[in-house]
Amino acid sequence: MYRTKFFDHVILLSGVFLMVGPLLVALMTSSHEAADIHRNGLSILPGGHFIETYETVLTKEGGFTGKITGLRMMMNSLILGLGFAAGKVLLSMLAAYALVYFRFRFATITFWMIFTTLLLPLEVRILPSYEVMNTLHLTNTYTGLIVPLLASATGTFYFRQFFKSIPDELLEAARIDGAGPFKFFIDVIVPLSKTMMAAIFIIMFVYGWNQYLWPTLMTTEEGFFTLVRGIKQILLVWVGSNIPDYNQAFALAILAMLPPVMIVMIFQRWFIKGLTESDK
Amino acid sequence: MTHAPLSSPTPAAPFPSGAGGLFRRFKARPSEDTSAKRVQFNSPLLPYLFLAPQMAIIFIFFYWPSVQAIQSSFYLEDPFGFGSSFVGLANYTDVLKSNEYLGIARFTAVFTALVTFFSLSIGLLLAVKADGVIRGNAAYKTLLIWVYAIAPPVAGLMGMMMFDQHIGPLVKFAGLFGWEMKVGLNYNDTAFAMIVVSVWKQIPYNFIFFLSGLQGIPVSVREAAIMDCRSGLRRFWTVILPLLAPTAFFLLIINTTYALFDTFGVIDVIVKDKAANNPITLVYKVYMDGFRGNDLGGSSAQSVILMIIVFVLTIFQFRFIERRVHYN
Amino acid sequence: MAQINITNVSKIYAGGVEAVKSVSLDIADGEFIVLVGPSGCGKSTLLRMVAGLEAISKGTVEIGDRVINDIEPAERDIAMVFQNYALYPHMTVYNNLAYGLKNRGTPKAEIDARVAEAARMLEIEPYLTRKPRALSGGQRQRVAMGRAIVRKPAAFLFDEPLSNLDAKLRVTMRGEIKQLQKRLGTTSLYVTHDQLEAMTLADRLVVLNGGQIEQIGRPLDVYHTPASTFVASFIGSPAMNLLRATREGSRLHFGSQVLESDRLSALPTELTIGIRAEDLRVARAGEQSLTMKVDYIEELGAQRLVHGMLDGKKLTAALSPEIELSDTIALTIAPSRLHFFDVTTGKRLAQIVDGAVGKREDTGALEMAGG
Repeated sequence: MYRTKFFDHVILLSGVFLMVGPLLVALMTSSHEAADIHRNGLSILPGGHFIETYETVLTKEGGFTGKITGLRMMMNSLILGLGFAAGKVLLSMLAAYALVYFRFRFATITFWMIFTTLLLPLEVRILPSYEVMNTLHLTNTYTGLIVPLLASATGTFYFRQFFKSIPDELLEAARIDGAGPFKFFIDVIVPLSKTMMAAIFIIMFVYGWNQYLWPTLMTTEEGFFTLVRGIKQILLVWVGSNIPDYNQAFALAILAMLPPVMIVMIFQRWFIKGLTESDK
Repeated sequence: MTHAPLSSPTPAAPFPSGAGGLFRRFKARPSEDTSAKRVQFNSPLLPYLFLAPQMAIIFIFFYWPSVQAIQSSFYLEDPFGFGSSFVGLANYTDVLKSNEYLGIARFTAVFTALVTFFSLSIGLLLAVKADGVIRGNAAYKTLLIWVYAIAPPVAGLMGMMMFDQHIGPLVKFAGLFGWEMKVGLNYNDTAFAMIVVSVWKQIPYNFIFFLSGLQGIPVSVREAAIMDCRSGLRRFWTVILPLLAPTAFFLLIINTTYALFDTFGVIDVIVKDKAANNPITLVYKVYMDGFRGNDLGGSSAQSVILMIIVFVLTIFQFRFIERRVHYN
Repeated sequence: MAQINITNVSKIYAGGVEAVKSVSLDIADGEFIVLVGPSGCGKSTLLRMVAGLEAISKGTVEIGDRVINDIEPAERDIAMVFQNYALYPHMTVYNNLAYGLKNRGTPKAEIDARVAEAARMLEIEPYLTRKPRALSGGQRQRVAMGRAIVRKPAAFLFDEPLSNLDAKLRVTMRGEIKQLQKRLGTTSLYVTHDQLEAMTLADRLVVLNGGQIEQIGRPLDVYHTPASTFVASFIGSPAMNLLRATREGSRLHFGSQVLESDRLSALPTELTIGIRAEDLRVARAGEQSLTMKVDYIEELGAQRLVHGMLDGKKLTAALSPEIELSDTIALTIAPSRLHFFDVTTGKRLAQIVDGAVGKREDTGALEMAGG
């Protein structure tokens, strides 16, 4: 018995090493100087240039046009993440409410039309989507960055599933108590959905923050770059130089992963609940 | 049943893309599923009002582009931008006859299979172990899941560092065994790095689902199994694994779509626009042809082929795999 | 306070399934009516049509003197208690009670007064600031009742309100509901599948089967003169024994066993005989009797249920626990205690044979039949 537990822990610790090791190395290495890294390789011990590196990355104007700072990119990432998450929660809640709590003529067809969007990920219709955005003059706008990403049904299904799990009798009791569709939504559905809304908001924030392909296409002006979108640019500049700014690259990577990682860590319980238990 | 993947229909995950959702819907018997409540509001306008924002966005940003993709796959764009001409299936035949395309398709299949297999098995292994230990359970859980929150291209960047020619510890490690790893230059080495990074990024997701799948198995069932069977390994194969099948089935689909589509960021960062000698996947090819090569027709035809692949995969997995899965 | 008149009400679902078939029922002001029947008999559907939660396909429902077919549930002046209580989980007990009144624009002072009164009546005053999840099942049940009471409605509708409670609490709450209803005098319509609950609560009970009314009557009347084999087997526990028999002259043949009585002449030759378990008793020496082969017994304390076979058919007798048992017992029954039903329709033949078979007081044992 003791022996099996011991090996279980060995396996788990290897897993932790595998998952956490690279992050730790990235964090530590980012606190060394570029030349130092070039000479000695990656480090698992902190160097003395932590603040310096991050200050440079956050405030130094860089990129091809020399206008974008890390802070600006972080702002853009935040706008994308928050805007996407808020939009997703709002839209999908309203749509799911209509689908679950109303009897109307085109309910079935509407349901299937929303459902179909789960079949085709953005990646397979990327070019025509880009063309549409061009036609609408939405490239290099926050609207163009956020709104098309909302065109999928994930959130709608989450909420639909959740609403369906709310006992029917609650609506019946509310109707006998004289609540109409708006009143029921505000007085009962919204308060009941708070945890669900939070869980979905978190999941969607992480999803939005981490978007890469769509921001790559939609934003050509560096003023609109997100951190994740900026990563490749960093690499392109970095590859060309003699002593690459490894430290800055790592620092940007850390910045790009910090908010979503923190959120997943802090709200771990909601996060896992939202991810795996949306029918309860 | 307190836990989703074991009980039938739940939407899970931010389906980062694709087909995952479909199965869960099918399981829920869609016909009955569309009207949920015994009592509903009757209102001529309100439901449409509530649906309007979502439907408007879906129409403009989903249906319109999808239709356009299908349409332009039958046209050849004039290179100088003077309109386009109908060429029937020529774009498709060109694509499917191209050795380059077929090579990429082959790589995509291998890549997808390997990424799915390894991220599922490692995720399952860790989940089973984490479920088994009492001490440190929560700590392991926290430490194992946070990579989920990292964006694919950031994971790609981390990978590039680990596989860097000068400073990468993994390159040095491989060197100990006489393997001179040249990621970015050598086709196989690049493919190896891509697979490693993609698997790494996906392990936490599978871990989360397997772990909650395991925790959803009733204690009484485990206890009954302990009475009936002495060997822990045998118990795992004959009792636990079959009960995990719905979770595994769901994850299989999610992981396949992940490997096909969401690894775009990993690949893009690792190949850095120099696709020439490097392994790329079908999605990346669509992007290259469309945005770098300006081959609208060809790229659209490829998009449509991908759509068909997603469809077929969906139906195939639904029909052939789900049948062997135990739902209760 | 009001009477409820249900006239030829039907419920036909989209697929053409008729869940309720032309039911008519007049409920007097202040009366406690229980709708009872097996699941799928249409009892809940009927209740929900009265509540306005299901559309009425045909017929009319009047509450007071108002046809309410097309009136919103909230305007029907009714209150409903649900099986799973349907309390608003995010609201305090106070707000759960007050919500319906607030939506009606009742003045704050009046709401306070009514909630306080209901809380006092139901003894839930200490919990007014709690949320439902902090309450036990019985307390939630009281809150659900309170929500109905504060409205001072013309009628209470109960949809299996006790079936989520454990057995002991169910009995307590049953008593409280009955008391409360008596005190308030509010017309009540109560749905249950539990015949015991129906018997104990009802002023009159309505037995439903397959969307139709099998029988309406006071509990004891229904128990003693069930209108059909369905009612006979549904009301009462253990269920009434139903045995096929043939009549030859004054003799009833249960397979090879025979009972004789001179008052059977008006009955058809093929019939179903109903025997309540408690009407059977052990035959004294010399009395004519039916021989039961004992299979197993259930001890109930005050009574003992003896299950066995009568010529290959199941029979249950409720006997005193003092009686010594052997593998076979000779049982007998007063002829007036026999129930007769038509073989094909299952309808009671009481009217036809009343004169012949006589009244319930007749306790004379049947004469032992020769052979």
